[in-house]
Amino acid sequence: MKWDEFFVTGEPLIYMADAAIVLTIIGIVFVLTYFKKWKWLWKEWLTTVDHKKIGIMYIISAVLMLFRGGVDALLMRAQLTVPNNTFLDSQHYNEIFTTHGTIMILFMAMPFIFGLMNIAVPLQIGARDVAFPYLNALSFWTFFFGALLFNISFVIGGSPDAGWTAYMPLAGNELSPGPGQNYYLLGLQISGIGSLISGINFIVTILKMRAPGMTLMRMPMFTWSTLITSILVVFAFPVLTVALALMTLDRIFGTHFFTLSGEGMPMHWANLFWIWGHPEVYIAILPAFGVFSEVVSTFARKRLFGYTAMVWSMVAISVLSMLVWVHHFFTMGSGAPVNAFFSVSTMAIAIPTGVKIFNWLFTLYKGRIKLTSAMLWSLAFIPTFVIGGVTGVMLSMAAADYQYHNTYFLVAHFHNTLICGTVFAVFAALHYWYPKMFGVILNEKLGKITFWFFMLGFNVCFLPQYVLGFMGMPRRIYTYPADAGWTELNVISTIGAVMMGIGFIFLCINIVYTYFKGERDLTGDPWDGRTLEWSISSPAPHYNFAVTPEVKGLDAWWLMKKERKEGKAEEPEYKPIHMPSNSGRPFIMSVFLFIAGFGLVFEWMSVAIIGLIGIIICMILRSFEYDDGYHVPVEEIQQTEARRE
Amino acid sequence: MPAKPSWLKLVMKVLPLSVLLLLSGCSERFVLLNPKGPVAAVQKDLILWSVGFMLLIIVVIFSLFAIILWKYRERPDNMDYEPPEQHGNTVLEIVWTAIPVLIVIALAIPTIKATFELEKPPKESRGVEPIVIHATAADWKWIFSYPEENIETVNYVNIPKDVPVEFKLTAVGGMSALWIPELGGQKYNMAGMGMTLYLEADHVGTFKGRNSNFTGEGFAHQTFDVNAMEKEDFYKWVKETQASAPLLTKKQFNEIIQVGVLKDQLTFSGTHLAWVDFAKQGEHLENMPAKEKHGTIKLEEVEQKDDSDHQDNREQENHQHHGH
Repeated sequence: MKWDEFFVTGEPLIYMADAAIVLTIIGIVFVLTYFKKWKWLWKEWLTTVDHKKIGIMYIISAVLMLFRGGVDALLMRAQLTVPNNTFLDSQHYNEIFTTHGTIMILFMAMPFIFGLMNIAVPLQIGARDVAFPYLNALSFWTFFFGALLFNISFVIGGSPDAGWTAYMPLAGNELSPGPGQNYYLLGLQISGIGSLISGINFIVTILKMRAPGMTLMRMPMFTWSTLITSILVVFAFPVLTVALALMTLDRIFGTHFFTLSGEGMPMHWANLFWIWGHPEVYIAILPAFGVFSEVVSTFARKRLFGYTAMVWSMVAISVLSMLVWVHHFFTMGSGAPVNAFFSVSTMAIAIPTGVKIFNWLFTLYKGRIKLTSAMLWSLAFIPTFVIGGVTGVMLSMAAADYQYHNTYFLVAHFHNTLICGTVFAVFAALHYWYPKMFGVILNEKLGKITFWFFMLGFNVCFLPQYVLGFMGMPRRIYTYPADAGWTELNVISTIGAVMMGIGFIFLCINIVYTYFKGERDLTGDPWDGRTLEWSISSPAPHYNFAVTPEVKGLDAWWLMKKERKEGKAEEPEYKPIHMPSNSGRPFIMSVFLFIAGFGLVFEWMSVAIIGLIGIIICMILRSFEYDDGYHVPVEEIQQTEARRE
Repeated sequence: MPAKPSWLKLVMKVLPLSVLLLLSGCSERFVLLNPKGPVAAVQKDLILWSVGFMLLIIVVIFSLFAIILWKYRERPDNMDYEPPEQHGNTVLEIVWTAIPVLIVIALAIPTIKATFELEKPPKESRGVEPIVIHATAADWKWIFSYPEENIETVNYVNIPKDVPVEFKLTAVGGMSALWIPELGGQKYNMAGMGMTLYLEADHVGTFKGRNSNFTGEGFAHQTFDVNAMEKEDFYKWVKETQASAPLLTKKQFNEIIQVGVLKDQLTFSGTHLAWVDFAKQGEHLENMPAKEKHGTIKLEEVEQKDDSDHQDNREQENHQHHGH
């Protein structure tokens, strides 16, 4: 392979990106060296097994990926603003929409959610950490290096360009030669390991590590959503793992699972992809439902209305989500009976979702609604998500879907659910739990500016796309003729996208501003919260709870606060706390995974084998490791707890 | 703090407006609501039926939301109001479960009916023998073969009005989808697979068709024209073509299906079905085109053609063959 094939060449945009990457790396290395922070980076972050720090790293990565995916989105919108535009050529546009979709779902939404779970769940259930802290670190680092592998594709070797669905035979060697599609396969495979491990970790954490008194039906709604999501992860991700492995074998080792030759069956890929892919969108949306439940209940100062119905509706959604995958390809000609079944099973999801919407509305009813930034995101979610929901029902009608399929109506629908569901939720959650993560409160004024720009921008961007769907504009086209009549609405849509971009910039400004000048949260309970994470100081001490709390009902902290007002509180008695030790091995092992993945992408087998040997050595070393962790002494606990007001 | 969130007002304004735009289906730009045949008409009716219910849901939830938000927002004068601890309300919860169930049933029944109906030729022309046309998607052009008439066309298809068309869908290369929105919804064209899609035109005219399923670089340019014509005009065209169009050769056909954009509209006598059927698995493999490298196809030329030559070509052809 020649150097000009190894590095992507020939595009001014790419050279700019190259320069930016080199400068950023030099900048980071310089800052770390100048301030003598290398050791700090290694000890405090790269080797940490603390669920809160892992959560923070997940969220930082997710925000970076939101930036990358957002730039992709703006480039696409720029290209589509006017007809016959030559800003991007077809190949470049195809790469961009492929990476946009893959990054937003797998490297933005998923890690953001896992980050929030990491931060909130152990605190909500009164636990010291997750069940398997070492595995938790491995989850993060496999995600991180998987994402890194995927992201370097646009400067080294070329990006995948067969869409985030990577349908065969388009994604096969004949029609997508080169390393691009391999990046997709290996990047997702490596980060998929992390997702699966996280799923297992959270199931065990929630089932085995709740504080005394916290029965399942006393768990906060976000914890419930995490439990159900994790179960979905454990059922769905192995399907993706297998599908990716089979396609990797097809591409690199010449097998015929999905190829046209050798009696392969491309349709199997579509089925396997969506058997994972549909639960995947619920993996992204259920934790969002959990976040909204927490935020709405807190800022309406009311217990969640219909708690039991909320739990069961989530269970129903998760079961149904496994039974609807064919609605992604009604047009594949499975026949009327099959399509009819999947139409009805898809529509049925609207029923538990509707129950949830009404329960949120009635949590607000008779409440005292405080319009904080976190609450604004949650309130905006309700009407906007309803639009996404009803258009989902329209798409579920197979005979009508033959017309909607592959149009901008579909594009508008899934952005409407994923942005108003997942993205609004992670922004709400960021404001809500920021004090618990960093001890400072995100600026409310900047938060509200972010909200208005992003939320209005969203509607300006995507409502016109529903109309474009009715006008017959297909998705994934890189340009359109002037006489198609789609120009005006595309211009409006681009204006909306720019507004969303401005909103994101304000979010970044807010994070920087809060770092330097943010208001400190000295109480540990800035929102007058209801769940256990607000019972400890902000930021949460590394051992979480000085004394394991005792739970007497739903909204445990709310009940405790009531009791304290009645003067029933006792002096806590501290005991040494057992904590897990840090380990650098998850990081090192993931580096080897990256090396192995990179070798496979370019089909350099010697590199791949070196990586694999490294992974195996790490696993062997781990098997012979005897480290029982350490104890936090009582004095340290007393000192930390005394700092709180 | 805003008294009433202004975004709510905006949404309330924008939404009905866009819906109004949609419902004014007479506007030709809304191709999904502008059916020119019975299949698209079935789908339009189904779409409008669902839009009605969806608007009802939106109105109910948006009003509830606005009222509750307005009434229970925090104000300086209610700061000492402590909300009651409500656990739930069984009657209410049953009501808002039951109503969606009824709506789902109301949508499911016509959906299932229509889904079964579209698997057969339209009922409006029952008894009329469908005309069979094989539609083969190649990267990135459309090939239409009339086995009985022994004609093959590229990037356009002529059909008689009021006669059901039985499209036999297949592909050579990526999975594509044949979509003529004014005549009806799409179905996939897959290599090694044969599928059937019934469409019919009940108006004379030229409608736009395209591949709607992403197949790579030239995907955006993979469009074709559907010319629906009076029966006598159609059969006149058939006769003329059989007599005057050049015979399709294997060599020429293999050139046509190579990966690349082709914008010209071509007409041949004879079809490729004589020697290859892409719908049969494995049969086409020796002809299977492959891309050598990414980014090798020059699309600039195509764009120019798009605007000038292509239009002329079409007009010329229209003149020659059916004298519009």
